[in-house]
Amino acid sequence: MELSWSEYPKFKRVPKRTAFSKNLVTAIILIATWISGVSCVQASDQPPETSFKELVDKMPSTKLKNLSKVVTDLEQESDPRLLPLFESLVEGKLYYVKSDKTVIMLNQELDDGKAFRATQVLDQTTIEHIAKSDIKKIRVNNKLRKQLRKAIAKLTLFSEDSNQRLAAVEKLMSDLNSENITLLKSAKESEQNNAVLEKMNLALNIALLDSNDKSIQKQAVKTLSGELHPSVRSRLNVILEQDANGEYLEDDKQLIALAESALVKIDGKLEFYGFIERVFFGLSLGSVLLLAAIGLSITFGVMGVINMAHGELLMLGAYTTYVIQTLMPNHIGLSIIIAIPAAFVVCGLVGIAIERGIIQFLKGRPLETLLATFGLSLILQQAVRSIFSPLNRQVSTPEWMSGALQINPGLALTYNRLYIIIFSLIVFAVLLLVMKKTALGLYVRAVSQNRDMAKAVGIRSDWVDAMTFGLGSGIAGVAGVALSQLTNVGPNLGQAYIIDSFMVVVFGGVGNLWGTLVGAFSLGVVNKFLEPVTGAVLAQILVLVFIVLFIQKRPRGLFPQKGRSAE
Amino acid sequence: MEQLDKFRELMRRDRVFDFMMPDQMPAVDVSHEVLLYVEGLTVSFDGFKALNDLNLYIDDGELRCLIGANGAGKTTLMDVITGKTQPDSGMAYFGQTHNLLNKNESDIATLGIGRKFQKPTVFEQHTVFENLELSLRMSKAILASIFYRMSSEQSDRIADVLDIIGLSKQSNQLAGALSHGQKQWLEIGMLLVSDPRLLLVDEPVAGMTPQETEHTAELLTSLAGERTVVVVEHDMAFVRSIAKKVTVLHQGFVLAEGNMDEIQNNPDVIEVYLGESQ
Amino acid sequence: MAASFISSLLTTDTSRREGLLSSRGGNLFLIILFSVTVLASIGNQLFPPGSPLHVDTYTITLLGKYLSYALLAMAVDIVWGYCGILSLGHGAFFALGGYGMGMYLMRQIGDRGVYGDPVLPDFMVFLNWSELPWFWQGFDSFPFAMLMVLLIPGLLAFVFGWLAFRSRVTGVYLSIMTQALTYALMLAFFRNEMGFGGNNGLTDFKDILGYDLQNDNTRVSLFIITACVLGGVYLLSQFILSSKFGRVIEAVRDAENRVRFVGFKTENYKVWLFVYSAIIAAIAGALYVPQVGIINPGEFAPLNSIEVVVWVAVGGRGLLYGAVLGALLVNFAKTQFTGILPEAWLFALGALFVGVTIFLPRGIVGLLSSWKKSNGGNA
Repeated sequence: MELSWSEYPKFKRVPKRTAFSKNLVTAIILIATWISGVSCVQASDQPPETSFKELVDKMPSTKLKNLSKVVTDLEQESDPRLLPLFESLVEGKLYYVKSDKTVIMLNQELDDGKAFRATQVLDQTTIEHIAKSDIKKIRVNNKLRKQLRKAIAKLTLFSEDSNQRLAAVEKLMSDLNSENITLLKSAKESEQNNAVLEKMNLALNIALLDSNDKSIQKQAVKTLSGELHPSVRSRLNVILEQDANGEYLEDDKQLIALAESALVKIDGKLEFYGFIERVFFGLSLGSVLLLAAIGLSITFGVMGVINMAHGELLMLGAYTTYVIQTLMPNHIGLSIIIAIPAAFVVCGLVGIAIERGIIQFLKGRPLETLLATFGLSLILQQAVRSIFSPLNRQVSTPEWMSGALQINPGLALTYNRLYIIIFSLIVFAVLLLVMKKTALGLYVRAVSQNRDMAKAVGIRSDWVDAMTFGLGSGIAGVAGVALSQLTNVGPNLGQAYIIDSFMVVVFGGVGNLWGTLVGAFSLGVVNKFLEPVTGAVLAQILVLVFIVLFIQKRPRGLFPQKGRSAE
Repeated sequence: MEQLDKFRELMRRDRVFDFMMPDQMPAVDVSHEVLLYVEGLTVSFDGFKALNDLNLYIDDGELRCLIGANGAGKTTLMDVITGKTQPDSGMAYFGQTHNLLNKNESDIATLGIGRKFQKPTVFEQHTVFENLELSLRMSKAILASIFYRMSSEQSDRIADVLDIIGLSKQSNQLAGALSHGQKQWLEIGMLLVSDPRLLLVDEPVAGMTPQETEHTAELLTSLAGERTVVVVEHDMAFVRSIAKKVTVLHQGFVLAEGNMDEIQNNPDVIEVYLGESQ
Repeated sequence: MAASFISSLLTTDTSRREGLLSSRGGNLFLIILFSVTVLASIGNQLFPPGSPLHVDTYTITLLGKYLSYALLAMAVDIVWGYCGILSLGHGAFFALGGYGMGMYLMRQIGDRGVYGDPVLPDFMVFLNWSELPWFWQGFDSFPFAMLMVLLIPGLLAFVFGWLAFRSRVTGVYLSIMTQALTYALMLAFFRNEMGFGGNNGLTDFKDILGYDLQNDNTRVSLFIITACVLGGVYLLSQFILSSKFGRVIEAVRDAENRVRFVGFKTENYKVWLFVYSAIIAAIAGALYVPQVGIINPGEFAPLNSIEVVVWVAVGGRGLLYGAVLGALLVNFAKTQFTGILPEAWLFALGALFVGVTIFLPRGIVGLLSSWKKSNGGNA
């Protein structure tokens, strides 16, 4: 049995992705993702061959002690290929092919390190497979490395791309020697971008902490108070270092007091952002619960039966995603988009089949329906095990869904969670529209309030049941697509969600979509706040106990259906 | 504050906890000759007021008919009296001392308020005899039920009632197999064996033949005096045949009260209720 | 529809539903139980291996295991068949009873464990615990352990039932709540910190009351005890359920509100029936553990509890021996199936769920009785 809540955080953290706005737009305008998927194919424009080529060609034959000169010459070139070249060199990934002395950069190890995939420096073409024995490393020493790092810093600090400049400042922050400080200062002169400028000021201020002048130090501490960058915190802690007797190493009492208050301020802010992050985690768990529960809420509300195979419909939705992704491995982003309607249709049809094949024969016997659908869930699980193997299947996450939105150094929101929250709200809104504005919605509401009366006015309640079941199941399928982005796709995926979903429905009030929304999000948030205190398993137990006690007070949930029809 | 009140309630010396209560029928104080007090009762469902500041007093030993159009609040009133529905405001007392609003259905039934439902509800998987046995006025405690042996008076009593309701032959038949009218009779029989102080009878003659209706009328009239009977009925001929005093409900409040002639000449009643049927 | 045909046969039936067949069936059940127990024990003890009449100890243990399952099924039938409370969490009481017995057996190992600690069970030594947790105190005494086997599940059932029934939680709500209960307990018992051996549970038992658990005589005795308990619980339950209490309980199943208006406090009836049933499940668990030699948190899995419900449904609910029949049949089928086609078992079980609910609402016993009646009617 899989534990849904404890296992759930399987997000893929890819640091430093900041092109948020672009990504958000691509996500919302779904079509655009297709273009972004296709546009990866780069047009290779060849700059005119200059001395850059000569210098690079020289590298394999240059002796180590003379390489410094070549690098210095290269630094004069303003060629886009320079940065990757230097980076490869400093990381020891620059090689040349023994036979023709072409300089290449290694990208990836193949065959357990016996071969590589590489890129040629000059024409930037990829060599898919080259044996280790055919190539030779261009060696560097420490002195050269130092020179290269400086050159790289300079290159990036003055780069055209503001993101690259930002990254360069970040890198320099960990090594603020006088040379780097000078570099930063000169770069600051010409900097136009506010974000980069801010970061540069931060770095320079951090550098001031090392000053010998106490007043400058104090001033720097004051300015840095409340800055969330981790290096500020560690630097402040250095000032506050104590010896074995608990005496501060620093003599200046005023400086210590300032540093302490700055640290308190930083910690306070971090705590606040930690709180926000937890709310965010809670909301994302809540949105998963919402997606899983809302289909159940509809079928339970209208037909009064619990579909124990609801979790398996989630699983089918996730497997639909997997199948579609297997069919089109080169378009991960597109496959997710296609999977949404596909999963809806597949699971919707399965749902209708369940209703027509089983549930309609068990009208008025909700407990038997529960048992029969449970049996069905066993069959579906075993079927998936037989078809796809009992092992978990990996569904890839499209690029635009990996990474995190870095709001500040203390708070990062991962994209997959963010998208799932948005997605669940969209699904909710669509469902709300369907229920309020369409004929099906009208019939469904009529049948759920008074089945006999609805029949009497000519609503085909059989048809409404089948459609409702199809709708609820289809939404379960869509929820499965979302789940495939968060957890492993396996035959047991759905099992754990049935109880949680039911809790959400009970908590929110049966047959009330808004109740389900509130129920899902509040349970998600409560769970995430309990987790760090009690541990994931205990948190889940506590939530279960809470709900059992809750229905003591409000047997019909937060938003009960009122009136005589509710009897 | 609320907690404190609850605590005080818990610590009251003149009370014992429910589970320590001796298992006996509580006495009903009718020193003022009124058995049932209902005052200012209001019940609303989603804004719709099923009962609207309703006042009703039933004397001990009276036979009272409640009439009113659909939605006038007759069934809701019975629901409140028997503990099924909690009112938004108002009070309901059984005799001088028993507040009905803080009791649940079983407590109220034990007090001696019996109810026949609009739609006959009997235990369909039990025999007619067992239905009556379950309704017998006796201890309803668990251990008492496990070791229960029926006394000869009790079986005589059941035999009597079976005779009254005309189901002696069907005694060992499953109640689910009875006809609609027979179920009505069985439910009346269940009321009778439970020996209630107050009978609330909701549409007793629906689905009965004219002879059966007449029989029912006789039975209800004979019960009055010894017991108190409140009848809800749509069948005006039936009401006329049994009623001494009639209360007309309209949109959740009492529109008129009096004997049948007074009611029939009441201009309000003529307008809203009888007027439509004539 | 076959289903509606059968149920219509049952409802229009004019005689009391537990007529001759029931008591005859009940007597038949007791006779079969008695003879199988005696014959199997004799076959094991008196006939040497190799004799065609010999019953090997493996079979005896398997029978003992089936009988404890039958007891569990009876517990579920008491609440579901008679009172309409579909408990999907009776496995929790079964497992708690099993853990109670397991703790006693664990303490009996003494210093014969792998680590040789005279007091601490192996898994505690492994977790570097220095002393026995308070809730393990006293479990070296058999009477105390058995008291706990009855008390803890009974108390849990009381608290749960009191909370649930008082607030009038019924139907599918209640079913899911019971499932959540066993699910939560499963999560809890998987934790090492709980002090019940975590994932691996309790195992490697050596002896019970000084008798070696591997010994054939002990195993036969355990089997006989299980059979006796099953028979005893059957008689006691039959007595309780055929009293007026039983008729109230059945009335609650069919029309709970009406029972309230007659003056019965239905929630009290339900709570005590639930506690009674939970204690029976716990006894079943306590009998099960020494025979299979292990108890682990897997017993709390919701699937286990629901499987029990299917045994009852297959056999025929509302009749105690129907539950026993179902438990034996399904478990026999399971043993056969998992031996031959392990993957197919879940398919078969799933199909059983669907098939029984749609086509056999009264189970095998119900089918037999209506078949017999329609035959009798024609003759």
